[in-house]
Amino acid sequence: MHEMSLCESILDILKEQAARDRFSRVKRVSVDIGPLSCVEPEALQFGFDVVMKGSLAEGAALVISRPPAEALCLSCFKTVPVKQRFDCCPECGSEALQVVSGDELKIRELEVV
Amino acid sequence: MCTVCGCGTGHSHGHDHDHGHNHDEDHVHFGAGEAGVSVPGVSQSRLIQIEADILGKNNSYADRNRALLAEKAVLALNLVSSPGSGKTTLLVETLNRLSGKTFASVIEGDQQTSNDADRIRATGAPAVQINTGKGCHLDAHMVGHALEKLPLEAGGIVFIENVGNLVCPAAFDLGEAYKVVILSVTEGEDKPVKYPDIFAGADLMILNKTDLLPHVDFNVDEAIANARRVNRKIQVLQLSARTGAGVDGWLCWLEGARAMQAAGLAAE
Repeated sequence: MHEMSLCESILDILKEQAARDRFSRVKRVSVDIGPLSCVEPEALQFGFDVVMKGSLAEGAALVISRPPAEALCLSCFKTVPVKQRFDCCPECGSEALQVVSGDELKIRELEVV
Repeated sequence: MCTVCGCGTGHSHGHDHDHGHNHDEDHVHFGAGEAGVSVPGVSQSRLIQIEADILGKNNSYADRNRALLAEKAVLALNLVSSPGSGKTTLLVETLNRLSGKTFASVIEGDQQTSNDADRIRATGAPAVQINTGKGCHLDAHMVGHALEKLPLEAGGIVFIENVGNLVCPAAFDLGEAYKVVILSVTEGEDKPVKYPDIFAGADLMILNKTDLLPHVDFNVDEAIANARRVNRKIQVLQLSARTGAGVDGWLCWLEGARAMQAAGLAAE
């Protein structure tokens, strides 16, 4: 359940941002969670609701986007979509894939008042 | 009726609308009144685009640890595995062999107890125990504080024994030079594909408890092939911390890693 610590990091970022951009409530937090980021969206959602209680983001919506993961095939040199780290190239079947994206873990947008 | 927010009471709107406002004691709203009046340019909520890495804070602590270790020419290794893979036994054996030759210290991560740190201290090596409480992993902030408490000698090694867990520690960079994942032959050979993130981030996989191979159905080749499926560059060592077989290879690997760190060439 490291998702709980990630939610605490999200709360820290919200507090810092609130001081910088002068807002008092957060209504929505939009995050990008890559499929290879070792985060379980359901666990993040659960942790978010618990951690935000009593804070400036109590009751805020957590909107999770899942950007696609991509890898470079070292055999056919195409950039191909992957679901897991050990997928084979869907074009040529090679196992020699270098993951290039899909481990994102970031806050993209906030809706605040 | 107020035309700004649609409420029924008369009042003035002579103030900044970036925030909600109070009319009467029990009437707090943000303009989403029942009349549904919307006024262009007066928005109750606003959007802020930020590109904030959720692990940003941990990563900046990790960078700080890495810089300190580089400055002191100390090699730090992050040891990760399931509970019971033999991390502490391997460490005790390693410390005994390094004793008198290479200065080594240990940061022990466990949810509770100082049992492991006590085992380490019995070898004469300094150890700091971090109890994470309910936490399932070490983070770079905790490790930074532990580094303050440990003597750091140039050319030495700090072993960071992470909480036994193949999931959560994968996400947290501690500032180590190399991540070492330990898999014992009493586990399944499919662990690397079941828990790919931790194997994908590791530089070295140690197959431990090889003395038990005649008694278990563990397929070594398959385990190595699985690890390479998630991490093409992972190095592999096979050893038994209990009998000492193969431990020389590990000590050679450590010697190489130590030389790389001293030369400022250790990989991130």
